[in-house]
Amino acid sequence: MSSYSDAINKYDPVLGLETHVELSTKSKMFCGCATDFGAEPNTQTCPTCLGLPGSLPVANKIGIESTIRIGLALNCTIATYSRFARKNYFYPDMPKDFQTSQYDEPLCSNGYLDVLVDTEEGSKNFRVEIERVHLEEDTGKLTHAGGATGRIHGANYSLVDYNRAGIALVEIVTKPVPDTGEYAPLVAKAYVTELRDLLRGLGVSDVRMEEGSLRCDVNLSLTPKGSKTWGTRTETKNVNSLRSVERAIKSEIERQAIELNNGNTIKQETRHFQEDTGTTRSGRSKEVAEEYRYFPEPDLVPIAPDSKWIEELRSQLPEQPSIGRARLAKEWGFTDLEMRDVATLGAVDLIAETISFGASPSAARKWWAGELARKASEDGVDLTVLKISAKDIARIDVLVTEGKLTDKLARQVIEAILIGEGNPDEVIAKRNLAVVSDDSALLPAIKEAIEANPEAAAKIKEGKVQVVGVIVGAVMKKTGGSADAAKVRELVLKTLGS
Amino acid sequence: MSDLTKLSAFELSQQLQAGSVSAEEVTNAHLDRIEELDKKVQSFLHIDKTGALKQAKEVDSKRKEKQKLSKLAGVPLALKDVLTQKDVPTTCGSKILEGWLPPYDSTVVKNLKNAGIVILGKTNMDEFAMGSSTENSAYFSTKNPWDLTKIPGGSSGGSSAAVSAFFAPLSIGTDTGGSIRQPAAVTGIVGAKPTYGGVSRYGLVAFASSLDQAGPFARTVLDCAMLHEVMAGHDPKDSTSINQRVPDVVAAAQMQDVKGMKIGYIKELNGKGWQPGVINRFNESIELLKSMGAEVKEISLPHSIYALATYYLIAPSEASSNLARFDGMRYGLRVDDGNSSAEEVMNKTREKGFGKEVKRRIMIGTYALSSGYYDAYYAQAQKVRALIAQDLTDAFKEVDVLISPTSPTTAWGLGERVNDPMAMYLADLATLPPSLAGIPAMSVPIGLADEDKLPVGLQIIAPFMQDDRMYRVGGAVEASLKSKWNGLLIDQIPTLGGAS
Ligand SMILES: [Zn+2]
Repeated sequence: MSSYSDAINKYDPVLGLETHVELSTKSKMFCGCATDFGAEPNTQTCPTCLGLPGSLPVANKIGIESTIRIGLALNCTIATYSRFARKNYFYPDMPKDFQTSQYDEPLCSNGYLDVLVDTEEGSKNFRVEIERVHLEEDTGKLTHAGGATGRIHGANYSLVDYNRAGIALVEIVTKPVPDTGEYAPLVAKAYVTELRDLLRGLGVSDVRMEEGSLRCDVNLSLTPKGSKTWGTRTETKNVNSLRSVERAIKSEIERQAIELNNGNTIKQETRHFQEDTGTTRSGRSKEVAEEYRYFPEPDLVPIAPDSKWIEELRSQLPEQPSIGRARLAKEWGFTDLEMRDVATLGAVDLIAETISFGASPSAARKWWAGELARKASEDGVDLTVLKISAKDIARIDVLVTEGKLTDKLARQVIEAILIGEGNPDEVIAKRNLAVVSDDSALLPAIKEAIEANPEAAAKIKEGKVQVVGVIVGAVMKKTGGSADAAKVRELVLKTLGS
Repeated sequence: MSDLTKLSAFELSQQLQAGSVSAEEVTNAHLDRIEELDKKVQSFLHIDKTGALKQAKEVDSKRKEKQKLSKLAGVPLALKDVLTQKDVPTTCGSKILEGWLPPYDSTVVKNLKNAGIVILGKTNMDEFAMGSSTENSAYFSTKNPWDLTKIPGGSSGGSSAAVSAFFAPLSIGTDTGGSIRQPAAVTGIVGAKPTYGGVSRYGLVAFASSLDQAGPFARTVLDCAMLHEVMAGHDPKDSTSINQRVPDVVAAAQMQDVKGMKIGYIKELNGKGWQPGVINRFNESIELLKSMGAEVKEISLPHSIYALATYYLIAPSEASSNLARFDGMRYGLRVDDGNSSAEEVMNKTREKGFGKEVKRRIMIGTYALSSGYYDAYYAQAQKVRALIAQDLTDAFKEVDVLISPTSPTTAWGLGERVNDPMAMYLADLATLPPSLAGIPAMSVPIGLADEDKLPVGLQIIAPFMQDDRMYRVGGAVEASLKSKWNGLLIDQIPTLGGAS
């Protein structure tokens, strides 16, 4: 019996997820600085986001609106009176040594998100209840230099980039999720996936886990079967991909079960997920309650969204991802399973866009969920990160349909686009990849192939046409796959007078 | 004393507009006096001679080109060292900010520059505006120009001393619990704390965010109003800034008429423990106002007796958070032996960079906000704050303005209260209720105390965004006393020496 099923047989996991979402507002949450990802360090800063003495914050209305829209999409109650609060602690990545956040007066509370998970009894709905959705600011980014581990311990010095400091961050906290049993890792992954699609649908965030615009902390505790009291929970940070969400929970269930089986207690602590081993390692101990000295932020006026505004925002919400997916699956002729795969890959929008540029639904799915999903997984990134556009894929599909590219050539074109050689037509011209179908270009290769395979040629001449594949294959090999196979076959047979 | 330094801002503005004097001459006259006499008073932390003269010359050339200029263009001013001015040192009276050159102008400074007001330099203050005597400055103590052995009030003591010593006709202070009104009172000048949100706090280095407010000092009520007008107005960079028209304080200062006004004197701010000379002058003011046709009656603010305790929980709580950013990582002092962790550098920097009073308040505030104590201290203080504000709202249903002595005593001796923080805190007794309520209040001179011949101030408190009312009363009191004394109270100040 595996250690996972052993653990599940003895214990019931209780899940909790805290998700941080960087909003894609043009300017930061409390100042006018730009928020472009990847800019030169400390170029998108001002007195306010650097926390210079005398500077003051002013709340970004779009940030507040986005948070309310997220709350509405998650079926939350929107506060009629809400305040920012200061979370006080010293850390060099925080220019003011307090984070402007929300404490006991969050903008949104008490919602839920339903997720579907494949179980032994078929597809099953799990309701994940939302405790709160609140708005805060991001911190700067620390880079530790000179140490072996890239962590603060052992580093010679650290550099801070405050470009990220002050970017609007929404924190979505679930209530504890019990009764998921062996499906706990899948429920968590489905929740984050669904949340990501929902946020993308709202257009409030890039939701790119690899760039940190969607970050996830996973809380987990185990309850011995039959017991009513929940166990001590750990909080695992650094869970930076959908796959990691599933792995982190699975490994933490196994680890906690072993500890409990050995008669040890679970320490309340922060743990860190490690991609390479798929396990969590111990971080800061949380046995001493953290002292953040929260109090209402006196530099910002309270937010009092009026009901008219909230109803207006509610009426403008896009359709829910699950409803949208069902509609698209029907339209595109995908099976439920195909659609769920596509959704899990985060490829729905990309496929929709590819179709809008003229590709067939099946071809769009074939490329994004096949070749490109494999590439993304090799690189450990999201599909959206790949340096190829929906327009490129649509063009490739058109060329394949027109017989100007073979499948094999198409793959080479994709390969070239991904390394930055240009759009499909530029790559084809540069690499000379177009399908060769005119006789004069093919005949020398055919002649050569016949000479190299005299036995096959003789058989074909005798009328054993089924052997033609040997010669066609040789020609294809010779031309590096760029020949039109049907045309080659026709010419071989013609040459051999069969 | 040069004639130019004797003039009020209003008089200077008249002469400048008439072209009978240049801004450069006016600036030089004040810089000369500072150079000659500030070694006695020590009101400035930094004198920006080059910057001031450059500004003055700009005003003169604009005037020559017949460009439209504001009324106060070319009039010099002293700025409390808590407001940022681009590329000019801003220390907040603390060692922790020594050498810091702000890369930006506060909105107040931007408004001053737009008005062509010449900024002579930065004035001394209690470290991070915490104090009532300016003795908490990490650099030196400022002396009261009436008596150089006395304190000039605080925390804006450098600004009050500079104006009463005729180093500048105008100065700017900030008031969190009385830091403009009390120094104005003890140096015999006028000082006003506008409605909270009336003047932008952008670029005002925060002590207690929900209380801090910058405001004007001057030797006359009209000058004070003219500067108030320049400073005030909505600022989109300050979320707590009020988006309403600034009350016409200049017109109110010139009315000189209180006939029919209802004025309440505060029952609780009087009597036991108050200096008799202060009470005598205050009682005379009540009679004066009555004689001018005002209806004066006693008003009780029952919760005002809790103002001191409330203030000394809320202000330090906010300060403990506001002052967290001084950690040696980005600007100002950094105590680093090259071998310490970030945490050790933060600790050592704060240990060395902050003075005793600042540390005391950071500790009080940290304690009051801690879990387990928050409800008993910070949260409770907020509730009492609301009750104090309600008392004032109720009072203004009966009267147009409220009055009290500005401070329980006149200026005390340097060093007298440095080891007794409670005695120091009591100086703010009368000024705290309007601070907690966010309403405007000002101090105008009403004479010298019999015991020590030192100035006494009258505090005038007005309702939210009705700053003009206090200027109306202040202007009338000033006019009446001026005819009685045949001049301003400040004209009775003993000479500091120099060519007068
Ligand atoms: Zn900024």
